[in-house]
Amino acid sequence: MSDNSNPHGQTTGHVWDETLAELTNPPPKWWMLGLHASWILVVLYTLYYPSWPLLNGHFKGLAGWTSIGEFKKDMKEVTDIRAKYEDKLPGMSAAAILADDELKNYVIRSSKVLYGDNCAACHGSGGGGNPGYPALVDDDWLFGGSIDLINTSIANGRKAMMPKMGGAQLSTAEIDKLAGAIHNGTVVSEPLYAAKGCIGCHGPDGKGMAALGSANLVDKIWRFAAKDQLASIKATIAHGVNDPTDPSTRKAEMPAWKERLTDIQIKKLAVYVHALGGGQ
Amino acid sequence: MTESSTSKESKASYSDDIYEEVANWHVNTGEEKTYPKKASGKWRRLKWITHSIWLVLFFGPYLRWNGQQAILFDIPDRQFHIFGLTILPQDVWMLALVLLFFAMLLAAVTTIAGRVYCGFFCFQTAWTDLFIWLEDKIEGAPAKRRKLDTGPWTTEKVRKKSLKYLVWFIISVLTGISFVAWFTDARQLWHDLLTFNASTTEYGVIALFIAGTMLLAGKLREQTCFWLCPYARIQGVMYDKETILPTYDFHRGEPRGRLKKGQLVEGNGDCIDCKQCIAVCPTGIDIRMGQQEGCITCSLCLDACDAVMEKIGRPTGLIRYASMDEMEGKKQLPLLKRPRVLIYLTILTLSISGIIYGLTSLGHIEVKVLHGRSPLFVQRSDGTIQNKYDVKILNKTTDDIPIKVTASGIEGMVLKGAEKSLLARKGNTGSYIMFINAPAENIKAERTSITFKIVNLDDPTQTSSYESMFFAPKP
Repeated sequence: MSDNSNPHGQTTGHVWDETLAELTNPPPKWWMLGLHASWILVVLYTLYYPSWPLLNGHFKGLAGWTSIGEFKKDMKEVTDIRAKYEDKLPGMSAAAILADDELKNYVIRSSKVLYGDNCAACHGSGGGGNPGYPALVDDDWLFGGSIDLINTSIANGRKAMMPKMGGAQLSTAEIDKLAGAIHNGTVVSEPLYAAKGCIGCHGPDGKGMAALGSANLVDKIWRFAAKDQLASIKATIAHGVNDPTDPSTRKAEMPAWKERLTDIQIKKLAVYVHALGGGQ
Repeated sequence: MTESSTSKESKASYSDDIYEEVANWHVNTGEEKTYPKKASGKWRRLKWITHSIWLVLFFGPYLRWNGQQAILFDIPDRQFHIFGLTILPQDVWMLALVLLFFAMLLAAVTTIAGRVYCGFFCFQTAWTDLFIWLEDKIEGAPAKRRKLDTGPWTTEKVRKKSLKYLVWFIISVLTGISFVAWFTDARQLWHDLLTFNASTTEYGVIALFIAGTMLLAGKLREQTCFWLCPYARIQGVMYDKETILPTYDFHRGEPRGRLKKGQLVEGNGDCIDCKQCIAVCPTGIDIRMGQQEGCITCSLCLDACDAVMEKIGRPTGLIRYASMDEMEGKKQLPLLKRPRVLIYLTILTLSISGIIYGLTSLGHIEVKVLHGRSPLFVQRSDGTIQNKYDVKILNKTTDDIPIKVTASGIEGMVLKGAEKSLLARKGNTGSYIMFINAPAENIKAERTSITFKIVNLDDPTQTSSYESMFFAPKP
């Protein structure tokens, strides 16, 4: 049993199940070379890169490589590529950027993140709006859809006021009548429209006034869109918008961004929003 | 006890019997160096001719076409230029067909005539042959080389060895540079290399090729074919009994025996056991043991044996291209009656038709349209519905061209953003945001298909169209 020679080579001398023996062939040379190459690589790697923990900090590595350093290098690469456009932006107005096809394209492509970080929460990632927050993709603008007005809206914010008309001003029946007319798009021919003073803000043609931020009452777009649009219109008339005397009033305020964003960022966003589909 | 030990013995002998057949089969796993003898004859000449196909590797990159490098695989710009054809990533399906074609060609050739690729065309064989030829020139015949290797380090040995490695090194460097030259401007590459201004990638690839060439052709040689190359083993299983291979005609050769007084011994076969077939074999095998994994069908043993047969006045062809069927005295099936050959030929024809179709119908311009989401559609104040599209226009021509975009599908719809013609840059994909406004009363469904069409204004025959969707609220 202790015979450990075998036609195939040296064995361990152990035999199982009568004929099973284990050969003690050394690993092939290439395998051993691979093993040695591996540990040498580990040593070189840990010397080159930051690796070993020390009492005060860690070994920094001979190459001085850091992940934040690599990140900064990559970011610089992006900044350098963008520089030829970015350098032009400070001296230009939003309107001038919009007029330059190349810059406009650059701004649209590069401002998606800016829009997503600052605007998308209320206005939707594609500018489609959300309940209570106006869509930016349509061509209906409360405060005007020109590039300069959009720029002002972003910079200074917007807050309009519509006084509540319920109670003392209008009876429930009158509200129903007005709301029905608005819903049909025929509010201008409703006598109450002029008699109760709606015309003062919404204008004789019912199209609203950009200077006041009053809504267009005769188009197909609803500022406060709802499943039951008629009920929504009634609620708006009864409680007003941003009326401090009515706790049920509609709240509609666009905050000012000039404190939080730079001029250039605001210009970019103005161009981006203008190009979403509804800019005038 | 006795009984048990008997059964043990029988089992032990059984387990050894499994390998009995190959017990004396010697396989060189790299522990001994092969010193092939220089062969000469018609197969050797043919092999030099077929190997010379690799000269294309060295000279191909310097071909010019219309002032540009004729063949350039421009990886950074994702463009392949082949004699005025520009192949962009969109056309890469053709590459799949090219690969299929060559895979099938390999299979077809292998089933008909064995490892023709290995023996006659493979770069491993070509470079190894060249390196061995140089080794033979510098260090002398196999016996001298063996003596030189085992002998002490004399000045003579140092001189010969360093000369050999120097020549090998130059070839390896040229191989590396030539390879890289296919992927970048060849003239610029030489300029950059000579002024030490090439990129690290270029230096790295060249260094890898130098190391690879020296190792594979200088050191590993036949061991590559034995243990590294997957095709060697794959090709072996594609043989069948009709495949013609370099075969030792044992009916004629056996029993083998040496010449006595310059004459064949009465009763012996034609094989005089001169071992010339083994001496010239680059993989160091004995073809007389039959077909085996080490045989790359390089046919050099045919030359060696024929020369001997002529010398002793016997007919040539003791070792010749023959099929197993022929050895067994069966009739060879005609090529076109073998199912394998027919199947391979069918696939070959299909893939080459695909390539020809692809090359002849390479479009000049191409349009793709992505429908804008979030929101899918926009209600506009005048009652129309607006959809947003990202129109991507690919210009595969070599000029900047003006493009006109039109769309159709819904009555009264207006395409905005395409009023002016657009400039599509050569070899580039341009992306343009466009809007379609459609009157609500003309929209019949939530989704209506619409077609975008682009026209090259410089050459109105070049058009491309793409079908997209128009989304609207439930009518």
